[in-house]
Amino acid sequence: MSPALASSGRSIDLEPDEPIPGRSAAGARATRRAISSLGAWRSDGAARWLFIWPTVLLILVLSIFPLIASVALSVSRLAFSEGSVDLKFVGFNNYQSLLFGTERTHFLGVLKAPNPIGWAIVIVVAALTARAFVRSMRSGRVRAIFLAIRLITGVLLVGFVWLIVGALASDGGRPGALIVTLTFVFAGITLQYALGLGLAMLAVQQVPFRRFFRVVFLIPLTITPVGVGYMFLMMTDTSKGPIEPLWIALGLRNFTWVTDPWLARAAVIIGDTWQWTPFVFVVLLAALESLDQEVREAALVDGASRWQSFVHITMPAILPVTTTIILIRIIEGFKIIDMPNILLGGGPGTATQSMTLQAYIDWNTLNLGRSAAIAYLLLILVSVVATAYVSFVRRRVTEIA
Amino acid sequence: MRNPFRRRSAADLSPPAKVGAFVLLLAWAVVVLFPIYWLLVTSFKTPYQVDKGPFYIPFVDFQPTLDAWRYILVELGNDTLHPYTNTVIVGLTSSIIALILGAAAAYALVRFTYRPRVGIIGLFIGCGASAFVATIVGAPLPIALAGAAGAFVVLAQTIGRRFSRALGNSDIAFWLISQRILPPIAVVIPMYVLFQQVGLLDSLAALVVTYVATNLPIVIWLMRDYFASLPRELEESAAVDGASVYRIVRSIVLPISVPGLVATFLIVLVFAWNEFLIALVLTSAHAQTMPLQVAAQNATRGPQWWAMSVLILIMIVPVVLMAIVLERYITRGLLIGALKG
Repeated sequence: MSPALASSGRSIDLEPDEPIPGRSAAGARATRRAISSLGAWRSDGAARWLFIWPTVLLILVLSIFPLIASVALSVSRLAFSEGSVDLKFVGFNNYQSLLFGTERTHFLGVLKAPNPIGWAIVIVVAALTARAFVRSMRSGRVRAIFLAIRLITGVLLVGFVWLIVGALASDGGRPGALIVTLTFVFAGITLQYALGLGLAMLAVQQVPFRRFFRVVFLIPLTITPVGVGYMFLMMTDTSKGPIEPLWIALGLRNFTWVTDPWLARAAVIIGDTWQWTPFVFVVLLAALESLDQEVREAALVDGASRWQSFVHITMPAILPVTTTIILIRIIEGFKIIDMPNILLGGGPGTATQSMTLQAYIDWNTLNLGRSAAIAYLLLILVSVVATAYVSFVRRRVTEIA
Repeated sequence: MRNPFRRRSAADLSPPAKVGAFVLLLAWAVVVLFPIYWLLVTSFKTPYQVDKGPFYIPFVDFQPTLDAWRYILVELGNDTLHPYTNTVIVGLTSSIIALILGAAAAYALVRFTYRPRVGIIGLFIGCGASAFVATIVGAPLPIALAGAAGAFVVLAQTIGRRFSRALGNSDIAFWLISQRILPPIAVVIPMYVLFQQVGLLDSLAALVVTYVATNLPIVIWLMRDYFASLPRELEESAAVDGASVYRIVRSIVLPISVPGLVATFLIVLVFAWNEFLIALVLTSAHAQTMPLQVAAQNATRGPQWWAMSVLILIMIVPVVLMAIVLERYITRGLLIGALKG
């Protein structure tokens, strides 16, 4: 959107001050009338409010109360006394136990001293962060408050890398719910986007049975997530599921993926990908179908390669939609629960417990306070990730487009 | 039948490439369909056959039985039909409402400029927070709310006007999508209390309202990109001709964004159709939906695979039928036709 149009709430200023020379007065009047009706369209008073207020009101009413109530829950503990249940205010105890106390190994993981590779990663990240900070300080254009924010962000970033390295690139370290969730989200989204884009690109082609494929590809999305979980439990059963002969042929009779943390996580990611690839597929399909094919055909006729036309014509046109689906998938992906819960009950141990699953387990055992605290930590984490994503990726992409 | 290998335009693939594309599509179709096939054969198995190891082909590997289908459709009868109609009603109603409201809001966010004042928002949050604190301290809820509303109106008219910093459309959009971040597990108990207060527990209306609210941000974000990608010239020339906003939306914008609308509708439909946790907490008997029935098949005797398979299959049939009907609208040519016409 160009600035002139963006600020055209009162777009009378687009109107020429004087009639354009060489035109009749009637023509000028017509132009003026036309332009002012264009302005009316862009600032149509009633429609402006009518189009957006129902949505804003509905979401406001339904979101404010739960938002406040869960803050209240997260700083309290259910106290059972005879015949009644009370909420007892416990301050930040729930958060404290998750981040520093008894639940720390569960939530953040077991951290050990990193191995040499781990040290190398930490040092490189710390050095790059420090360099970026020093640069923004030297440039002198950044105000003190933003410098402080950047400093805090940088420290948090290095601490976060330390957390990942201590859990994964070390001897005896073990990731907690936080890192497990991040693994699910990023591995899952990468696979889903790659598959979804590839399938959408193929399904816009004039291949035989394309309509059959397009409908079939949507099926996984139509199954209720709980159902998908149970279905994958059936599919991955190595003693009576359909892969049993394959398993035996591979000599894995006495081996199940359920006991290995990374295989179990891989199973969750595969199930998640099976379920959510159609989401990426259908949105990208609609976007690809709405593209004006003539530009692309012209480019191909003029001798551009298919790769060039993909990179320079198709990809820029679907970039805004791409960033939107990835944002939606990030937000939804962080809430992953059914697949690890039904497939493995969060196991082996707590190897596939996502943050939402941990919150769910606490919820089931009536530890509502800690459950809400986990949900709030998730809210903060996802807000940070989503804000960073929107300001670094999406804004830039929409500016290009 | 048309020859599928004839190249109609330069953008079409060459015949060998087309075969390659077909093979890849077929491979993914197998990946998608095999688990569905497994559900189908499982639904015709006895518990013994499920437990005895993998049997693949009915009549060859095992003798199929209709026991599970009979159990779900005849024995349970109304206990299946009732949640089923609930699911259909809630799914369709909520996604149509979400699509209408969301498309309007998305169009507004693309074409109009909003400048919500930071001061007003801050005042709103401040008044809300003080009402919250007041209720904790012991003030009755209606008085706290009325006081906060009054204070907000007065302050907004006086102090609020002095803050000129404003946010933009993208901030509104981000606020909307951020409403989906909090996991349902954290909001179901407050939701329960909320609907208990208005006496809507265990009603379809509660589910519809909740699903509309949770799906709106998705509709808005997806439709915003489609609307933004439409050529402005069409709308502008209609505006110059004196058409009202409503007319432009109805006769130009909506017809050419049918692919996006259809894709978005299918997505929010399946979200509402399949939602589990909110339905679990907000309903008890009358308004139960199908996902609860599926989960209920994991009883104390372990998962009842055969019954569960039947339920999943009958659940996806209407959505797949709808996808078959609507798929033809996710297709090219609509936009280009409009531009030339």
